[in-house]
Amino acid sequence: MLKINNLHASVDDKSILKGINLEIKPGEVHAIMGPNGSGKSTLASVISGKEDYEVTKGNIIFEGEDIEDLAAEERAHKGIFLSFQYPIEIPGVSVTNFIKTAINETRKAKGLEDMPAKDMLKLIRDKADLLEIDRKFLSRSLNEGFSGGEKKRNEIFQMAMLDPKLSILDETDSGLDIDALRIVANGVNKLKSKDNAVLVITHYQRLLDYIVPDFVHVLYNGKIVKSGTKELAHELEEKGYDWIKEEVNA
Amino acid sequence: MDLKEKLLSSYLVFEDRVDIDSYVHNLRNDAIKIFEEKGFPTKKEEAWKYTSLNKILKEDYSVFPKQENTIEYSDVKKYFIHDIDSFKIVFIDGKYSSHLSQTTHDGMDICLMSSALSKPKYRLVIENYFNKAATQDSLPSLNTAFSSEGAYIHIPKNKLVEKPIQIIYFSTGNESANMLQPRNLIVVDENSHVQIIERHQSLNSNPVLTNSVTEIFTNKRAIVDYYKIQNDSLNASLIDNTFIQQKQESVASVHTFSFGGKLVRNNLNFYQNGERIDSTLKGVTIIGNNQHVDHNTLVHHIEPNCESHQDYKGIFDENSTGVFNGKIIVEKEAQKTNAFQANNNILISDKATINTKPQLEIFADDVKCSHGCTIGQLDESALFYMQSRGIPKKEAKALLMYAFSNNVLNSVKIPEMKQRITKIIANKLGVNIGFDL
Repeated sequence: MLKINNLHASVDDKSILKGINLEIKPGEVHAIMGPNGSGKSTLASVISGKEDYEVTKGNIIFEGEDIEDLAAEERAHKGIFLSFQYPIEIPGVSVTNFIKTAINETRKAKGLEDMPAKDMLKLIRDKADLLEIDRKFLSRSLNEGFSGGEKKRNEIFQMAMLDPKLSILDETDSGLDIDALRIVANGVNKLKSKDNAVLVITHYQRLLDYIVPDFVHVLYNGKIVKSGTKELAHELEEKGYDWIKEEVNA
Repeated sequence: MDLKEKLLSSYLVFEDRVDIDSYVHNLRNDAIKIFEEKGFPTKKEEAWKYTSLNKILKEDYSVFPKQENTIEYSDVKKYFIHDIDSFKIVFIDGKYSSHLSQTTHDGMDICLMSSALSKPKYRLVIENYFNKAATQDSLPSLNTAFSSEGAYIHIPKNKLVEKPIQIIYFSTGNESANMLQPRNLIVVDENSHVQIIERHQSLNSNPVLTNSVTEIFTNKRAIVDYYKIQNDSLNASLIDNTFIQQKQESVASVHTFSFGGKLVRNNLNFYQNGERIDSTLKGVTIIGNNQHVDHNTLVHHIEPNCESHQDYKGIFDENSTGVFNGKIIVEKEAQKTNAFQANNNILISDKATINTKPQLEIFADDVKCSHGCTIGQLDESALFYMQSRGIPKKEAKALLMYAFSNNVLNSVKIPEMKQRITKIIANKLGVNIGFDL
C-alpha cells in the first residue's frame, strides 16, 4: 500500500528526514517511535502533503503511484488520513458541516454526486455511536473549546467517516488521560480491517498497549535505525532511547 | 463645469418641477446653501481621510433621468429576495415603478416619498420627522436639496408587519451616467416591528453615483431590523447616509453586506434618545478588484442603561481597500452604558489595504465599553488541516472566510435573506459548496 524509498526531506533548507525506507501492507499496523526531534511528525506531514516540506531525494509510492506532485487534498482523496497531534480549532464551522464538506468534496473529486442528506445523517449517527460520541458534540464549532480527549476523539470520528486506506496517527496519545486514551484506541481498533493500514507515531509505548502494532520502527536523527515487533516498544519503554543513540553513534 | 456647479444649476431646474411653497421646500433651500458652502468632502476632512471621491466625481452625471425606463420583472427577479412574500417599493433610475412594486395603505403606509410630500394627510408626519435625524453635512444636505422620491414607510403603533419590505433602486444605465438622490423615511411607532431590505442595483456597466439618505425613527419599544445588500456592478458607487433616532426601549439593527460596487461609503448613525435602547450595527465586507468600502459609524449614547453592539468583518483581496471608522460617544448622563465594538479583517493579498480606527469619547464614569480590531491572514495551518481531510485549498479558504463572517450572518433574522447572502458569498468566492453552517 505504502512504500517509502530513501526519503529525504527538508524544511527551510534544514534537512530533517535523511533516507527513510518503509513499507506498509494492507491490514498492518506499524508504529514509529523515537525521541523528540527525530523527525516523526515531519514524516507524517510529508506523507500527507504539507507544503512547507520539500522532498529532496527519494519518493513515496502509495497504491503504486508516486504521490510527490499531489496536493494534500488529492492525497486525502486517494485514502491517506492524518490525525493531527494538535487538531486546529475552526470557529464558525460545526463538526457535522465540516465532515459533510470533506466527504462531498472527496466524492466530487471521484466524479460522484453529493451524498444524499439522509445517508449522510445516518452515517454520521452510526459512526458517532461507534465511537461513543454524544450527538450534541456534533453541532459544536470544530475543535473550538474541545478538551484534549474530545479533539482526539473528533479526529478518529473524522477518520471513521472518511474511511481511509492509510491512517497516520500523529501523537494521538499526547494530552490524553487513560480513559480518553482507551476510548480513542478502541475506536481505531474498531475501524481496522484487512484492507486498511495504520501508522502510529508516538513517543511513548502506552498507546501501543491498546493499538497493538505488527511492526515497530525507531526513528532517530531522520533515519529508521531499528525495526522490530511490539517487544521493541517494551524495550524502549524500559530502557529509554539512550541505548539506541549509543548504538547508532558507536 | 464640475459636478458641484452642475448640481447647483440643476437645482434651479429642479425647482420648476416641485411645489416650492411646501414645508419641505424651505428645507431644500437651506440644504442647497449648505452644500454650496461645504461642497463635496475631501481627504482633508478627518472623516474622509481614507476615502477620496475625486475619481467618481469626475464623471459627467446626468442629474435627472431624461427618459422613463421600464424593466421586466423576469429580468431583475434575481435581485429580489423572491422566495418570500414581501412588500416592494421599487424605483428605476430614481422614478417609482408601480408594476414592480407592491405597496399598501392598509393599516399602515408603505408607499412613496413623492406622495407623502404632496398629500396633506402625510403632512404631520413629514413635519415631525422629515430631515429631523439627518445631519447638516454636505452630502446629506445635497440629498435633502434634491429630495423628491424614495420610500415612505409609516407603521402605526402595535403593529407587527408580517412581511418584510424590500426597497430596491435599479439603475438601467440607459443614459451614459446617472446621479441619484434617493430619500427614505421610516417611522415606526410604539410596539411595532418591521423588517426592511434595501438594495441598489445597476443593470449595466455605465457609471452610477447614488447619494442616498435614509432616516429611521424607532419610537418606544419599536423593533426595526434593516438589511443593506451592496453587491452592485463595478462602475456603481454608493454613498449611503443612514440616521436612526431611537426612543426608549426600542431595538434597532442594521446589517450591511458589502460585496460589490466601485466605491461604497456607509455613514451609519445611531442616536439613542431614551433609556434601555438596544442598537446593533453589523457588517460583512468581501471585496477585491480595486474596490473600496468605507464604514463610518457613529453610536451616540445620550441616556443611561443602553447598549450598542458593533461587529464588522472584512475580507480584502487584490487591490481593494477597506476603511472602518467607528465612533462611540457616551454622554455624561449615559451611565451604565454597554458599548461593544469589533472590527476583524483578513487581507488575502499583499496589495489590499485596511484602515481601521476606533474612536471612543466617553464622558460617563460607570460604563462598559470595549473595542477591538484585528488584521490578519488566513490561517495556513487551518488550511492544511482542511486539505488533509479532502477539502481543496480554494474551498478550504472559502469555508474559513465564511466561518469568519458567520457571527454576523447568524443574527440575520430572515432565513431566505441569510440563504441569499450565503449564496452571494459562495459566488463571490468562486466555490460551489453549501455553507449551511
